[in-house]
Amino acid sequence: MGLMDKHAIIEKNATLLLVGSLLVVTVGGIVEIAPLFYLDNTIEKVEGMRPYSPLELAGRNIYVREGCYTCHSQMIRPFRDEVERYGHYSLAAESMYDHPFQWGSKRTGPDLARLGDRYSNEWHVQHLSAPRSVVPESIMPRYAFLKDTPIEVKDFSTHLIANRRVGVPYSNDMIANGNADLMAQADPGADTSGLEKRYPKVKIGDFDGNPQKVTEMDALVAYLQMLGTLVDFKTYDEAAGYR
Amino acid sequence: MDYNLMREFADSWGLLAMALFFVGCIAFALRPDSRRHADEAAHIPLKDD
Amino acid sequence: MKFGTEIVLLYLFAFAALVAAGLGVDEPFRQHMWVLFFVLAGFTAILLRNTEFKPAIPVDSSAYMDGPIRYGAVATVVWGVVGMLVGVVIALQLAYPDLNIEPWFNFGRLRPLHTSGVVFAFGGNALLCTSLYVVQRTCRARLFGGDLAWVVFWGYQLFIVMAATGYLLGVTESREYAEPEWYVDLWLTIVWVAYLILFLGTILKRKEPHIYVANWFYLSFIVTIAMLHVINNLSMPASFLSSKSYSAFSGVQDALTQWWYGHNAVGFFLTAGFLGMMYYFVPKQANRPVYSYRLSIIHFWALIFLYIWAGPHHLHYTALPDWAQTLGMVFSIMLWMPSWGGMINGLMTLSGAWDKLRTDPIIRMMVMAIAFYGMSTFEGPMMSIKAVNSLSHYTDWTVGHVHSGALGWVGMISFGAIYYMVPKLWNRERLYSLRLVTWHFWLATLGIVVYAAVMWVSGIMQGLMWREYDEQGFLVYSFAETVAAMHPYYIMRALGGLMYLSGALIMAWNIAMTIFGYQRKEEPMPGSTSALQPAQ
Repeated sequence: MGLMDKHAIIEKNATLLLVGSLLVVTVGGIVEIAPLFYLDNTIEKVEGMRPYSPLELAGRNIYVREGCYTCHSQMIRPFRDEVERYGHYSLAAESMYDHPFQWGSKRTGPDLARLGDRYSNEWHVQHLSAPRSVVPESIMPRYAFLKDTPIEVKDFSTHLIANRRVGVPYSNDMIANGNADLMAQADPGADTSGLEKRYPKVKIGDFDGNPQKVTEMDALVAYLQMLGTLVDFKTYDEAAGYR
Repeated sequence: MDYNLMREFADSWGLLAMALFFVGCIAFALRPDSRRHADEAAHIPLKDD
Repeated sequence: MKFGTEIVLLYLFAFAALVAAGLGVDEPFRQHMWVLFFVLAGFTAILLRNTEFKPAIPVDSSAYMDGPIRYGAVATVVWGVVGMLVGVVIALQLAYPDLNIEPWFNFGRLRPLHTSGVVFAFGGNALLCTSLYVVQRTCRARLFGGDLAWVVFWGYQLFIVMAATGYLLGVTESREYAEPEWYVDLWLTIVWVAYLILFLGTILKRKEPHIYVANWFYLSFIVTIAMLHVINNLSMPASFLSSKSYSAFSGVQDALTQWWYGHNAVGFFLTAGFLGMMYYFVPKQANRPVYSYRLSIIHFWALIFLYIWAGPHHLHYTALPDWAQTLGMVFSIMLWMPSWGGMINGLMTLSGAWDKLRTDPIIRMMVMAIAFYGMSTFEGPMMSIKAVNSLSHYTDWTVGHVHSGALGWVGMISFGAIYYMVPKLWNRERLYSLRLVTWHFWLATLGIVVYAAVMWVSGIMQGLMWREYDEQGFLVYSFAETVAAMHPYYIMRALGGLMYLSGALIMAWNIAMTIFGYQRKEEPMPGSTSALQPAQ
């Protein structure tokens, strides 16, 4: 049988067709994706990156739950207008602890990669509760219910453990203090020395203006206020980070 | 195995190998003797209901 | 006893759902399990009412198994209307934000309901029922595995219901077009493997020596989606009683994995699968073989080879390494060739029968689908060029592009296939009304044109406003001003979507009347010899 007859075999053999097409689609994917999984080892360790504090992580989960990514990106591209509008372009290392990533694909609203420290906590609470009361042009939905929903913490350490299993370096100390750290970050009166040691630059405060309970609004605002604030770009070496 | 090695493979030899495989697929489909098979196959949907 | 095993299994699963609803560690999980419980309990009750103790009637193993296909055709129409309706609602929410009703009906929760609704519920059911229709008739074999087809059909509907209710409750992984959480993903994996076995098993027992090319496309769609789904959804649940899981990958790797999935969901779900549809239903409706069978084989290999690389074009100028972006761009541009090869193949199938365009609205619908396939597979490679993408990315242009492909190609070819299949499946002489098909055709076409044109204007305007500088070198517009500028376009876009939805409603009416056995008395189409579809 000549070489040229062999396609006829594929055309008539379902299993071969299956294997052939699977091969074509996997090889392409692997060749392109696999190198990126070795990126970790070569990426310049950027000063300042740390895992999310429990309250920030809880806030991030609310960000994911509400589908904020459908309208907001967290990825500043290296263009003049974006850098002037939003701040320094995003680095790969800045999302290294993001499971899942939240780069987004659409800007119905502005990019949020460097939202942290831009507005006050009060502004955020007001904006999330009634967006058009602070930005008349806004078309964002209202999220007032977050203020009234106490955050449900059965055992938050399970979330930190799940993250550790997929590669986020949460220490035993961090996991043991998961619930306590979560509550303490929203309570300016609490002893937060341990929290601040475990999570440098962590912002502590009664984010939602209601000291009685820790709500989902506390968590979300805590997350929004830390976005893009971990890396100090005064000391960041541009050339070393280029890929 | 490190990242740079793999990315160089990905955008050189890996790419070339895939491209050659692809050209092979087209050559198979266009081989001289395939027309008869193809005409036969093309009528499959019209044969039966 | 009829349904004996099914009833016992469903009862056990319903009980497990009830236990999980009680023990769940977070509120969305508990609510979601209540939903599951009521669905399974309801289904158990239905089976109990329909069970019989008479000996089963032996099935005719030479006849085609069309029961699940009939259900699938109805599900396609119903889910299509639902998914498109949610689309119109969220389009209106962008124009009138007061239409958001927190927390369940906010845009962020409804948007995945719309995308999954039209892609997986409408498109998925269309693929499911047409693939089972086509594979039996081109292999001349009954479906493999007895009642397996029913398991696949109902299993897939359960996946849809769980995914959809999950979004409203806030159960999401935030991976676009793969939002369902880990337990729903696991269920889909089981259903999908059953689907693969069903399809492959039918091919293996075929009586036709050759495997018709439509089946190649369907098979590669099934197997590639299995691979993409499993890898993209690898994640670690916080607890087995929790609705929250954390992706196995992070940051750059996660982004590339997700868009490798996301783009190939377009490539294999919305393209390869529907090309399988094209390669069967266009020749059937036109009653002539495909223009070039060899071109269809080249089309197949070229498409699956090139598509899998194109994902990184969703990540241009991000923190993804440059070489991967460039690779994605090169392959996306090359994709233009096989896509147009396929388009030419589909269109030229009509060569010598172009008059059917005037007389047969179903053929017209299919041809318009192929034309939109050509249009959007030209626009796509163009938008993957980095310079173009720097303007188009993050804007409505991308949304418009997706919709010209989804409404134009996926929607229209599915409508054509449904119009073709339904009279055959229910043994009707013809459709209830061909005039209504013409109405559907024009409403859908106009709707798409309005939608796409509006989104081009708004997308390009948005992109230009974001980067506009004045003479002093300051940005001219605040972000809020660019949002305000979108308002008229959001209204017009919703109107385009509404036209498309109206067309789908007309189809639903037409299909329902056909199924119930009515025939509308109407003038024959001008130029045709009779108003009847030729009985084939």
